[in-house]
Amino acid sequence: MTAATELMDIALKIAFATLALGQLLSMVRLLIGPSPGDRILALDTMVVNALGLVILLGVYQGVQIYFEVSLLIAMLGFVSTVALARFLLRGDIIE
Amino acid sequence: MTGEIIGTYAIAFLLLIGSFFVAVGVIGLLKFNDPMIRLHAPTKVGTMGIGALLLASMIHSFVLSEGSFHETLIMGFLFLTAPISAHFIAKVNIHLRSCDTPPSPPGDGEWATLNVSDDDTLSEQPDPR
Repeated sequence: MTAATELMDIALKIAFATLALGQLLSMVRLLIGPSPGDRILALDTMVVNALGLVILLGVYQGVQIYFEVSLLIAMLGFVSTVALARFLLRGDIIE
Repeated sequence: MTGEIIGTYAIAFLLLIGSFFVAVGVIGLLKFNDPMIRLHAPTKVGTMGIGALLLASMIHSFVLSEGSFHETLIMGFLFLTAPISAHFIAKVNIHLRSCDTPPSPPGDGEWATLNVSDDDTLSEQPDPR
């Protein structure tokens, strides 16, 4: 194992730890609120963090198959954020 | 061989940059004390943080095998949708009045999300037909 791959391993571990911590901290914001906008924002941040974790898993295992997974998570996250915000704004999602 | 080493260093550097921006965004989400100010921080998670992680993943695929540009699709999608969802959340904040209502737009008129037309209010309908 060369110095470069060793550094990459350490960076991967740091990134995994940071994103897991990010999930926990945005979960705290999801719980304490206080306004509904904050809760939607915290959920959106959690989706983006989960996307980052899946990408890191792909780098860690050295495979390409996680590309579709992360694309699906990105699309679902955007649609769910817009649906939640629209429900609060209009009382209905599709009018 | 030397390109492989440079690529691996670049991956490590981009991973560290990405995790730094994720940490900054999430700490900002937790620490700021106004809904509109809180909206500002997590956008860095979506663009800078995940953008750097995706770049690292792309370089990794080039170092490992022949490589692919698939990750630019996710990056483009995220960069395109992050402002839209932020705009919707800001509209929710204005609509529910969980922040100070911003000064009225120039000209006559109210913010569109506060300007509820009479057809949408269920409580008092003057002339039901």
